[in-house]
Amino acid sequence: MAVDNIIISDRSCGYCCTKLVKLGVTFGQNRILEDVNLHVHCGQFTAVIGPNGAGKTTLLKAILGEVPHTGHVHFIDSAGQRPDRPLLGYVPQKLEFDATAPVSVRDLFAGAAGRRPVWLGIGRNDRSRAKEVLDTVQAGHLLDRKLGQLSGGELQRVLLAMAITPVPNLLLLDEPVSGVDLAGIELFYKMVSQLRRDYHLSIILVSHDLATVAQFADRIVFLNRTVIADGTPRQVLSNQAVRQAFALPPELALAFPEINPEHKEGQRCISCNLEKSI
Amino acid sequence: MSLWYWLTGLLPFDWLSFAFMKQALLAVILVSYLFGLLGSQVINQQMAFFSDAIGHAALTGIAIGAIMGLADPTWAMVVFSGLLALAISWLRRFSLTSADTVIGLFMAFAVALGIVILSRGGGFARYSGYLVGDILSITPAEIRNLLVLILAVTVLWVLYFNQLMLISLNPSLARSRGIKVWLIEAMFSLMVAVVVTVSIKWVGLLVINSMLILPAAAARNISGNTRQYVWWSIAISLASGIAGLIASYYLSTATGATIVLMSMGIFVITLGLKKVI
Repeated sequence: MAVDNIIISDRSCGYCCTKLVKLGVTFGQNRILEDVNLHVHCGQFTAVIGPNGAGKTTLLKAILGEVPHTGHVHFIDSAGQRPDRPLLGYVPQKLEFDATAPVSVRDLFAGAAGRRPVWLGIGRNDRSRAKEVLDTVQAGHLLDRKLGQLSGGELQRVLLAMAITPVPNLLLLDEPVSGVDLAGIELFYKMVSQLRRDYHLSIILVSHDLATVAQFADRIVFLNRTVIADGTPRQVLSNQAVRQAFALPPELALAFPEINPEHKEGQRCISCNLEKSI
Repeated sequence: MSLWYWLTGLLPFDWLSFAFMKQALLAVILVSYLFGLLGSQVINQQMAFFSDAIGHAALTGIAIGAIMGLADPTWAMVVFSGLLALAISWLRRFSLTSADTVIGLFMAFAVALGIVILSRGGGFARYSGYLVGDILSITPAEIRNLLVLILAVTVLWVLYFNQLMLISLNPSLARSRGIKVWLIEAMFSLMVAVVVTVSIKWVGLLVINSMLILPAAAARNISGNTRQYVWWSIAISLASGIAGLIASYYLSTATGATIVLMSMGIFVITLGLKKVI
């Protein structure tokens, strides 16, 4: 890549990129992932798609440090340093919990944000801060509801709000809209795109809903144990393997522009490109 | 202690005229508080079966104490239950076998082993006191130890409650926020194991788990957030503890079981309230 077209965004979060090098995960005899190489930039909304059992969720769990893996996960900031553990935001697949659990949205926020135990009460500051963040995802009115009383889409927006408090270096979304109605899906992705623009976040989204994801993502990675295809939505949708896996008509790819207009390809950090030796 | 005697002496109740009842009342208050507090998270963490298993496994602890020739097997019980709790929480997190199966296996093993050892030579009747428990037998020294335990649990509760709550909702989510999931879980399991084991002598291992679970289950029915939940759980636990102690005094029944009946009654009432709310 030509170095002279590199522009460092002044809105940059300071964090730069996430590099997966020869990542592999094995459960017993099952090789779930092997030789995954991926390089995700700041301000880039990357969607990882693939059939069931392709190892998408496992990939996120490996980045979270939840499952043991071979190979490396590097987090690099704009100074070319590699912080051991960046701030990670995570929105789980579908929060499986007892719907009768007496946990309100406010409890969830206060519990995640501070050390003051929520059973001793929540301060007014914590409350207004939670309200503020929830408002950014149109969920401010849900503050005093119990988690079990939220709809699928509402719960995911609450979790998204939680994942961006504090603003993370890397936002991981694991099938965040499974079980959410169509309007809710649209709203959720719009929020995510907005956050990417506002905070210049790196976002990795795992999904099997290719059609919707292609409208919002800058980049699509087709994963099936390893990276099969990687590029802009248009490039990946015209890939033979992807078209077969998803039974796509060939003309679909043309519906997408070469580059997502909301994403400026130039916004990259110098250090990412200088760190090729890793 | 003398302060307590003086305070309770001011109350015009017949049943409080005996020193052993004054001690028992204090003990019930302390134990109920602990159980109400811990019970709320035992349910959130879906550990009701776990705490039941720990209670039953105390039999093996007693047996080990008996083999070692200890007059008071409490320490043997605490160490054994603690190890068991750590083993179960480790397997729960790192093994693919379902938690229910793991706990069921351990419980069956621990109960059988305990009964086999204790029934050697037909002497099991000697230990049947542990099955029913006797809170009236509590000594001032034991109450002091209980106070220390309460202090320790409360401090941990203040420090780690939020993390525990997040883990109960979703371990991956908790981990993404830098929480050491297994460490906190293990600590909580250990805490439950110690509290349950220490209290068995007074409450009885047959009903101890109900005392832990019922107040929290009742509180769940009427709480809209976590703060209400924890405080209702403590309040219900205290109310049924004190009511149960008084009832057992007049009816000459086992205190632990009477307390459980009281909290069952409250549970049914909250179930009715839930429908109304």
